[in-house]
Amino acid sequence: MTTTTNQADHLLISQVSIDFPTPQGPYRALDKVNLRINKGEFVSIIGHSGCGKSTVLNIVAGLYKATEGGVILDGREVDEPGPERAVVFQNHSLLPWLTAYENVELAVKQVFKGKKSKAEMKAWIEHNLHLVHMDHAMHKRPDEISGGMKQRVGIARALAMEPQVLLLDEPFGALDALTRAHLQDSMMEIQADLGNTVIMITHDVDEAVLLSDRIVMMTNGPAASVGDILEVNLPRPRNRVEMAELPEYIRCRHAVLKFLYERHGRKEEAIPSTKKEEGELEKGNIVALKSVLTKAA
Amino acid sequence: MNTKHIFQTYAAPFIGILLFLAIWQIGAPKIVTSLGAVPGPVQVFDQFEGLVAEHQAARQKEADFYQRQEERNTEALKEDPKADVTIRPYTGKATFFDQIWTSIFTVMTGFVLAGLIAIPLGIVAGLSQTVYSAINPLIQLFKPVSPLAWLPIVTIIVSAVYVSDDPMFAKSFVTSALTVLLCCLWPTIINTTVGVANISKDLQNVSKVLRLSWWTHVRKIVLPSAIPMIFTGLRLSLGIAWMVLIAAEMLAQNPGLGKFVWDEFQNGSSNSLGRIIVAVIVIGLIGFALDRGMLLLQRHFSWDKSAALR
Repeated sequence: MTTTTNQADHLLISQVSIDFPTPQGPYRALDKVNLRINKGEFVSIIGHSGCGKSTVLNIVAGLYKATEGGVILDGREVDEPGPERAVVFQNHSLLPWLTAYENVELAVKQVFKGKKSKAEMKAWIEHNLHLVHMDHAMHKRPDEISGGMKQRVGIARALAMEPQVLLLDEPFGALDALTRAHLQDSMMEIQADLGNTVIMITHDVDEAVLLSDRIVMMTNGPAASVGDILEVNLPRPRNRVEMAELPEYIRCRHAVLKFLYERHGRKEEAIPSTKKEEGELEKGNIVALKSVLTKAA
Repeated sequence: MNTKHIFQTYAAPFIGILLFLAIWQIGAPKIVTSLGAVPGPVQVFDQFEGLVAEHQAARQKEADFYQRQEERNTEALKEDPKADVTIRPYTGKATFFDQIWTSIFTVMTGFVLAGLIAIPLGIVAGLSQTVYSAINPLIQLFKPVSPLAWLPIVTIIVSAVYVSDDPMFAKSFVTSALTVLLCCLWPTIINTTVGVANISKDLQNVSKVLRLSWWTHVRKIVLPSAIPMIFTGLRLSLGIAWMVLIAAEMLAQNPGLGKFVWDEFQNGSSNSLGRIIVAVIVIGLIGFALDRGMLLLQRHFSWDKSAALR
């Protein structure tokens, strides 16, 4: 999947720069970001918080307009948001007054109006909720389900739009380590099934290595750009317990950490925060491991 | 439920009212006016009973009138089946309780019309900064204007424009309802605008990604988000509407509670003060009931039944 195929570029992010107006004049958040993404590829964008990685995603989604450069999806320039570039937002963004089913229904009705019959739409909504293991609670409202379940519904809503590119904006960032591990596994299964092109924003090194075909590492802002791109040559399907011991996994993880904390560490807080975050990551990983092991036993 | 809770919920309000009545009963007779001493709660209750009796007497009179008319007509028809019988409506004086219904009908007319204007306007202003900038100065200008200033203008315009040989509504009614409308428009517009303008950015993004049409966006995202603020506005508006109505009725002579108070004031009998106080209490109770009614409506329309509404 990682090797370049003969087909034309699926998604092309070309020379994208963006300025945000401030009272002190324009602030250049991104400077000449370039990225080619193939069909079916899972790409993670990682970087320190505030480096503009979410801005890249928002530009691809069409929610922000690039000041210079642009995004081309299957030969057409992206100039506004649309369901073919479905977004899973960090804090689920479900409509709180609709049930899980109705939230997905809103998207399905919008995308398949006139293309699917009522019965087909119903089956499609239920199919997508089933994909994310939400069959049992599909008629519950967001305030009646847990954070992880909300995020699952958010993913189902995005998948139900049959997007050409699935955009994940730190989708598991607000979840506890255990739930996060479950959702990561679900995400890998779904991607193996559907072969979606995925761009995921993350700040979790393990998440990036485990899920991605390629990891795009961003330099710190202002004028952030793509610092380095790492190919993850791990076989799929990936099992987090087995992966953790593979030399390739360790190499990738090390490479990302090295990039983030040695080459582009934040000067003012580099050392303490590095230690803390690493510790947290390790802890999260162990908890996730334990959960998988107990499940297996 | 502990004792403290029971005390706070039930006993404390009861004691408060009791204390108020005691102070009133003791203090009132000490103030002697041109119409006699200010009546205490006991005398006021007597007046209330008097008004109930008057109402019943008037109803009896009305029933008697129709009965007499009916008898007269049957008699006439018996003698000559082709007799030209007329059925006349009863035109007795409106009682206190008739006036209550007139007031409620008038205030609801003005309030509902105001809501029909204010909510859509508020939604548009909340969605469009341009529209908001355009109407905001006007809102700020007209919001503080007293109903007493609007009334003469409304009266004159209604007299000039609402001309009909067989008017469906009395001019006094139209004038009062329009004055209510003009005064209670603003809180609903302002609160709806704020509610709509503060819709979560995430939900707006969802709407954009889904490419929802303007109408679907309003129906599925804007209205449910803004419902709490819309109702806050409506409740403020209804409170103002009820206050304004009493003043408007006094001056427009709409046969409601405001006219009742005015007539008693002009009448100046020894019963007048007591009757006006009865009206004051009834006005207060109805205002309270209207607010509770809005709260029930809000519960009905709100998606979040668990939210504490007060």
